[in-house]
Amino acid sequence: MRTIRKRLAGVVAGLALAGSVGGAHAAEEPIKVGVLHSLSGTMAISESTLKDTMLMLIEEQNAKGGVLGRKLEPVVVDPASDWPLFAEKARQLITQEGVDVIFGAWTSVSRKSVLPVVEELKVPLFYPVQYEGEESSKYVFYTGAAPNQQAIPAVNYLRNMLGIERFVLEGTDYVYPRTTNKILKRYLMDRGVAEEDILVNYTPFGFSDWQSEVARIKEFGSQGKPTAVVSTINGDANVPFYKELANQGVSAADIPVIAFSVGEQELSGIDTAPLVGHMSAWNYFQSIDTPANEAFIERWHEYIGDDSRVTNDPMEAHYIGFNMWVKAVEKAGTADPEAVVDAMIGVTAPNLTGGVAAMMPNHHITKPVFIGEIQDNGQFAAVWQTPGMVAGDAWSDFLPESSKIISDWREPLACGNYDVTTGECSGQEY
Amino acid sequence: MSPMLRTALVIGLSLALSAAAVAADFATLLQGLDTRNFREKMTVTEQIAGSGHPRAAAVLTALSAGDLYVDDASGRVVIRHDDGPVTDAATGEPVASHGGLDRVIANILMRRRIEGALSRLRLNAPAPQMRLKAVRGLFGDLDENTVALLRERRDAEDDPRVAAALAVGLALYDLREGSRGERMAAIDELGGNLAPEARNALRQAAADGALPGPVREAAASALARTQTWVSFYDRVEQIFFGLSLGSVLLLAAVGLAITFGVMGVINMAHGELIMLGAYTTFVLQQLMPGHIGLALVLSVPAAFLVAGAFGVVIERGVIRHLYGRPLETLLATFGISLILQQLVRTVFSPLNRSVSAPEWLSGSVVLNPVLSLTVNRLVIIAFALAVFTLLVLVLNRTSLGLKVRAVSQNRAMARAVGVRSDWVDAATFGLGAGVAGIAGVALSQLTNVGPNMGQSYIIDSFLVVVFGGAGNLLGTLVGAMTLGVLNKFLEPATGAVLAKILVLVFIILFIQKRPKGLFPQRGRAAEA
Repeated sequence: MRTIRKRLAGVVAGLALAGSVGGAHAAEEPIKVGVLHSLSGTMAISESTLKDTMLMLIEEQNAKGGVLGRKLEPVVVDPASDWPLFAEKARQLITQEGVDVIFGAWTSVSRKSVLPVVEELKVPLFYPVQYEGEESSKYVFYTGAAPNQQAIPAVNYLRNMLGIERFVLEGTDYVYPRTTNKILKRYLMDRGVAEEDILVNYTPFGFSDWQSEVARIKEFGSQGKPTAVVSTINGDANVPFYKELANQGVSAADIPVIAFSVGEQELSGIDTAPLVGHMSAWNYFQSIDTPANEAFIERWHEYIGDDSRVTNDPMEAHYIGFNMWVKAVEKAGTADPEAVVDAMIGVTAPNLTGGVAAMMPNHHITKPVFIGEIQDNGQFAAVWQTPGMVAGDAWSDFLPESSKIISDWREPLACGNYDVTTGECSGQEY
Repeated sequence: MSPMLRTALVIGLSLALSAAAVAADFATLLQGLDTRNFREKMTVTEQIAGSGHPRAAAVLTALSAGDLYVDDASGRVVIRHDDGPVTDAATGEPVASHGGLDRVIANILMRRRIEGALSRLRLNAPAPQMRLKAVRGLFGDLDENTVALLRERRDAEDDPRVAAALAVGLALYDLREGSRGERMAAIDELGGNLAPEARNALRQAAADGALPGPVREAAASALARTQTWVSFYDRVEQIFFGLSLGSVLLLAAVGLAITFGVMGVINMAHGELIMLGAYTTFVLQQLMPGHIGLALVLSVPAAFLVAGAFGVVIERGVIRHLYGRPLETLLATFGISLILQQLVRTVFSPLNRSVSAPEWLSGSVVLNPVLSLTVNRLVIIAFALAVFTLLVLVLNRTSLGLKVRAVSQNRAMARAVGVRSDWVDAATFGLGAGVAGIAGVALSQLTNVGPNMGQSYIIDSFLVVVFGGAGNLLGTLVGAMTLGVLNKFLEPATGAVLAKILVLVFIILFIQKRPKGLFPQRGRAAEA
């Protein structure tokens, strides 16, 4: 409790009060919910918002009477954007604080760091960010997009709707862009795009001098064929990238950029006028006009006390994941982690864009895919969406080595890494 | 009434009526834009482009610029630029708007289509600049119709630049569709032209097996001629990129060249002083909304004072107790850097802040189709050199500079002749910190302003100072520019990640060979 910041003081005081009032029923102890998001360091920019989202969701659930008559108690820790610390903090949450579920992590490397801990201690982790796939763990629920729920529909849009023939795959140098680009390159080449029409380039984290890269993109795009940039550039590096594009006069009409890591939150740090028309692919946009979304945005503004704060895709993922977890607890009749993990598959929860998300046997969920164009007010206008929901695919069908692997955590298979050609379940669970 | 007059009247009346009908049709057509379906919007856009209506150009321009709205109350399609008056899109007349306005959003496809349509409409615009843009806009869309328009325009054109562009456009078409003679003439016209369309057309012609041998050879040799120039300009561009990166490194490192180079203090909080300068810019821009450029200019002295004041406080409060103990200084200043970061997180939030670029720092100077220099980089190169020159003058031509050099070379002797070394230490550190603050103002135009921005520059700054030779400002200048250009020449060949590693390896090897850097200090000061 001492680690909780002053922002939480109110919530905590309220909970303590509720706890003391309910003290008569000694059995009705609160269910502890771990929140594992960086509140300091490089990732604080993205993750601190998710911590607030979780606290808001928990507060709301408590206002409704909690779950199974028990209040929820958030336990917030700060892994400080330090990947090994994620594992330590996860262990602390489970063994010392006794949480029954963890919501957290952002970067793939932090998830990989937590994964062995939750598998060992058998507590579910809800991971809310789009990621590279090629993983399935019994104790991880992936509420963000797998590549087939973001990257593949995005390049289909480029090819079919915009007639793009040349692709620049520009990414930050780490596991998510490298795996995604590997899948995309294979996918494009299988569909007749020549190798010389694909340019793959990586830059370091936090890269800020984009002159040569943008000049190269310009040159690559001036060969007469319609060209687009598929960007897996992460975090801070996006701002100088888009600034350089605008300064070198590359507009969305010449060479459009479609990004997988640029959302409302990332755009809130820049003047978006020169970026109008560049795109992002997500499963949620703040601008999507549904009653559920409107209500969510209103509650968020009220909770955070600032009408200029935006909502984004990972926040929706936490919204869905949290509601699914609540339903699974109710279905299982207990908050016991093992029972909840077993109850999760098949649970459904409404999303914010007017549909219903379902937890699939591979621990991924169904999502609609939207393509949005950046507007000059820092929001996206959805210009296209998949006709229906897309189920997340843990193992990409477009990589030869993983297309034969499936994941199904239902009995009797109960395997995250099942090779259909050999009929063997790999001992490795992820 | 004579029959003639009557006929005239009837014709006039029917014309007026049909004009009214056309106007009504056009207004109805515009209503079609009020939909969420982009396919339908695209169809309507094409109909507007093909309508030939006098308002078509205005409506399309507004649609592309995001100035087209649907009035909630009347359902009418209207145009409004920024907060200006509302006009009816179909008639151009001012209308009163009571309800809210919903913007009609255009997607890329629609904007591309509009661009093409507008190019056709603007081909006869009065301003040569507009015509030039229109002609170039048609290069990608050459068919019989557009070529007829271009030919028509060529006969009437008097502006030499537009005429040249028209000749290129027609040559592009001739090279694709013309007779053998026309093709050879087109190749002559396009050879040496740096425009990517011209190069692509030549490349295609040179590889096109259906063309007769001599035509292909002519195209190939014309292309080779162009390529020589292209690679020349590519080199020039690379050098510019390198100097630009070098000027950023110079700005970041020059403050450190004073605190570390001259005073010998390992200041790990140097990056955070840069960050404070950047945040000063942000605060001033917030205080002066509507005067972004002026705020930026005022930020230069303001950032110097803010970061300089922090520098003096750090020196008086911490560093002066630790002179001669480099390890403790390193740890203490590292602690200060963490404190400053968290301070900024608490005051401004952990999110990045947006510092706007004024109009005069955006865009680029286009020298030719291959080479254009971005304005913000040009200004920053000049700014870095100005700051550097000023600093050299301060150190070499002022009494403060004399005292700084005296204290750094022989503290005891300086004190003996009456220099207040305490005061000089504080002033020197403050000067170095202030210059770091100025660097922050410039960097706020290039990169993110956030709590972590300092960390991305601290290592590069130390590299530059060590490479150039501690204690030597000229070394910092040469070191920064060398590393910048080296980096930018490696990057295209190796990629950004490997380029950075190679530069590091180079510096390590260099320091092995010459531990005191490019320009080592000589004489007794070097041993002190």
